[in-house]
Amino acid sequence: MDKRVATLAEAVRNIPDGASVMIGGFGNSGVPFGLVDALIDHGAKNLTIISNNAGAGDFGLGRLLKEGQVSKFVCSYPRSRGSVWFEKAYAAGEIALEIVPQGTLAERIRAAGAGLGGFLTPTGFGTRLAEGKETRVIDGKGYVFEAPLSADFALIRGEKGDRWGNLSYHGTARNFNPIMASAARHTIAEVRQLSEAPLDPESVVSPGIFVKSIVEYGVRP
Amino acid sequence: MNSLTDQQLAARLALDIPDGAYVNLGIGKPTYVSSYVPSDREVLYHSENGIIGVGPTPAEGEEDPEMIDASKRLITVAPGAAFFEHADSFAIMRGGHIDIAVLGAYQVAENGDLANWATLDEKFPPAVGGAMDLVVGVPKIFVMMKHVNKDGSPKLLKRCTYPLTGLAVVNRVYTDLAVLDVTPEGFRLVELTDGNSLDDVQAVTEARILPPV
Repeated sequence: MDKRVATLAEAVRNIPDGASVMIGGFGNSGVPFGLVDALIDHGAKNLTIISNNAGAGDFGLGRLLKEGQVSKFVCSYPRSRGSVWFEKAYAAGEIALEIVPQGTLAERIRAAGAGLGGFLTPTGFGTRLAEGKETRVIDGKGYVFEAPLSADFALIRGEKGDRWGNLSYHGTARNFNPIMASAARHTIAEVRQLSEAPLDPESVVSPGIFVKSIVEYGVRP
Repeated sequence: MNSLTDQQLAARLALDIPDGAYVNLGIGKPTYVSSYVPSDREVLYHSENGIIGVGPTPAEGEEDPEMIDASKRLITVAPGAAFFEHADSFAIMRGGHIDIAVLGAYQVAENGDLANWATLDEKFPPAVGGAMDLVVGVPKIFVMMKHVNKDGSPKLLKRCTYPLTGLAVVNRVYTDLAVLDVTPEGFRLVELTDGNSLDDVQAVTEARILPPV
């Protein structure tokens, strides 16, 4: 078994127009910038992007938006300082936005990866984000039904990886990466260091079974 | 009327963070609170992006761009810290494991309703982040905010006019003018910023403020 891919371009070349793509990261931490740049060069369009933030500045997700490759964004917080390309596209009505509370976003992704049909959460009960959704009261507390969220591809970032796809992480760069790894039909991992030796199983956070392709990208943002 | 600065307000709120607490500080001004908690209290700070044990800002030259908090500020790691992924981080928040959350707000109503994620301006994208998860899961919700908007209009209302973050979730409001508890009867005065009178503060508050018991 060998999931290693030689280049970032090769790793993303099968992502078609119209694909749904999860992209790991929170702010600039744990974002697979190498894979995002490769996706921009690859040029796939009409993408649905699932990611916590909508980029900041002219790089990463900001550049993907600037190039007009995204038709829908699913996220919790698209309004970080410098999220100018998203705000422009949104104000112009050029992009659809599905706003999801952050914990619900994480749990919907986790549910998809865990083979669950959804879950009941108190988050958002009685608010605008629960409108039109099934609700239930359990022991006097209101809950909202939330469906699982999967994707065609996930682009994630780890610290170290091996040819089996096992991953470890660094600091707060872990965030959405492990759950996204489990929730996409084809998960592509970028790692700062691709190890010849197998990772110590005790240090593995994402088991390689979730990962289809792995590529080294040594740059830390 | 006398008005606390943001830093003075953070220092006042910090007095109410007890030793041994697990605390989540919302993005922006609530993050000022940690630097004013008395040093003989050990408090562990949770940040939604996957850490308990947020430490102070790193010294110059020791920054790690992958070590950030929910405000995307660079951080260090405090003794006793742990990292975890996002679903675990929100299990910690929704599951009732955190003691206190400090949040900013656009509006707070006398029944404890909180509005802090969207305005009525449809051109401006809404951004909810983790606020809705915090308010349903954390038993003590402290709000830290200006008492009135820049145009002088009140933020402490009978009912919120902006979209709600959570229903009846706020326990206490710390403003530049006063500290108020949310009780079953409505807002109740805890203390006034030095030099202010209840009548002065009531005059810039839409909801009724009950005197301290």
